[in-house]
Amino acid sequence: MRISALVKRIMLQMFRDKRTLALLFLAPLLVLTLMYLIFDGNDSDLRLGLVDGSEGLADVLESRGIEVVPLETAGDETIAANKLDGLLEVTGEGAELTLENSDPTQARGLLAQTAQALSQSDGTSSSNTDGIVLETNYLYGNEETELFDVIGPILVGFFVFFFVFLISGIGLLKERVSGTLERVLATPVKRWEIVAAYLTGFGIFAVIQTTIVVFFSIYVLDMVMEGSIWHVIVINLLLALVALSLGILLSTFAGSEFQMVQFIPLVIVPQIFFSGIFPIEGMAAWLQNIGRIMPLYYGADALKSVMYRGEGLGDVWADLLVLAGFALLFIALNIVALKRYRKL
Amino acid sequence: MNHAIRIEGLSKKYGTQQVLDGINLAVEEGKIYGFIGPSGSGKTTLVKMIVGIDSPDSGTVTVMGEQVPNLKLLQDIGYMAQSDALYPELTGRENLMFFASLFGLKKAALKERIDYTADLVQLQDALSKKVSAYSGGMKRRLSLAIALVHDPKLLILDEPTVGIDPELRQSVWHELLDLMAQGKTIVLTTHVMDEAAKCEVIALVRDGGILATGSPDELKMKFGASDLEGVFLAAGREAE
Repeated sequence: MRISALVKRIMLQMFRDKRTLALLFLAPLLVLTLMYLIFDGNDSDLRLGLVDGSEGLADVLESRGIEVVPLETAGDETIAANKLDGLLEVTGEGAELTLENSDPTQARGLLAQTAQALSQSDGTSSSNTDGIVLETNYLYGNEETELFDVIGPILVGFFVFFFVFLISGIGLLKERVSGTLERVLATPVKRWEIVAAYLTGFGIFAVIQTTIVVFFSIYVLDMVMEGSIWHVIVINLLLALVALSLGILLSTFAGSEFQMVQFIPLVIVPQIFFSGIFPIEGMAAWLQNIGRIMPLYYGADALKSVMYRGEGLGDVWADLLVLAGFALLFIALNIVALKRYRKL
Repeated sequence: MNHAIRIEGLSKKYGTQQVLDGINLAVEEGKIYGFIGPSGSGKTTLVKMIVGIDSPDSGTVTVMGEQVPNLKLLQDIGYMAQSDALYPELTGRENLMFFASLFGLKKAALKERIDYTADLVQLQDALSKKVSAYSGGMKRRLSLAIALVHDPKLLILDEPTVGIDPELRQSVWHELLDLMAQGKTIVLTTHVMDEAAKCEVIALVRDGGILATGSPDELKMKFGASDLEGVFLAAGREAE
């Protein structure tokens, strides 16, 4: 009897909470749709720069679905300047392949395709069966580069973002639910003071958390670290500030801790998809652009540049500027959102 | 006689529900005003608008000559919400200190006011305990102490004596009368009739409107009832 009464009550509560119901049924659809778009996207074309290659080799490469960019000469900047995935220089006895290697899986594919193409064109053009010696270089990382090295920097940014978002959001939410926020607003405190206090209070925890995450990834997980650790911390702190202000802002639209958690599949998960952990080059261009409205996209790009490519803050200033813009926007919206309680 | 609070044409809708429907009311300075009415009648919304933490769709509230909301005015208002609105992880003293600090109280005055208000609600011995370990009555008392901590001129108390035992309730009332004697204006809501009888002026609130106002005796006379319960029922019948 008691059990059935409990079950009845729980079901009734669930039916009264339309949002939880909607989440239960609609959120999986959303996430599945996103995953479909990402994994079903066509493989992007591999672009290979070719120096001194024969017509035959270029044809063989193109028949394997590789876009060949004929070049006269090649220097250090050639790959970046022509947005190439690799550069093949054919010399007298052999060939030298330089792989861009931002995506190790793609780089390995290109290496295999090129090696096969070389032996194929070689076999058809002459009777020499020794084959061509293919020497391989990597622009970033090396053949040991694991996917983790590339997505590691993104994951660091993601976890900083995710936890700061959740903790700060639930923090302010508890104040709303318990009525203490209302009581605080019945004192002469100004709205921006409340927002500033929240940013500072949780900001301190965010600084500590960020520092621990960064040091742990680099010194314990041995994540690839080409740039300066201080630059990594600066980027993560900016990312944490965005997460903090976004978490507080979204808590305005949540009625309980559970509803706050419901923002995860809506706000956090899509950011993972577009942050560069999954290859999205194959997606339609307009779909790729969805990433540009997501803070993690910029944070991940900056982190990847510093940690993997060894660039400095000067190289990623545009990313930092966008992140700062997001933070300012969310902070301003927070101050406005508190108007719901008190106009002044 | 000066008006501590003047309410003109106050209306508020939540969705389709008309919570307040054109309320007009003037509260005289230095008196205890009681809003009595069943739960859901709009009492809480009304007091929130007097404090300025809820905004009306139309109408105005003027407190001590200033239009609400007004940040400076909040310094002179002590508000106790219906929910206790305390931080359970903090001790009673930490809660008091937090709110006293928001009102800008400094060291010596802060300590003095905390001791005074804690004494008033008989919580001196429990101040260093965490609020999560408090009983319901203790939380209510701490909440009242917080409303008093900055020595406000106007006290707005939403159901102040719910969950307080009769003995303490009497001492709270004794204190409220004392505060009134000091010239403070007190507005409280209640649904307990014998408590309403202690107010100098009561306003009967029902369905977002005020059915009648007056002293308990005036109202009894007007509706020909022997007690306030009778007054309330008679006023309700008349409204329908």
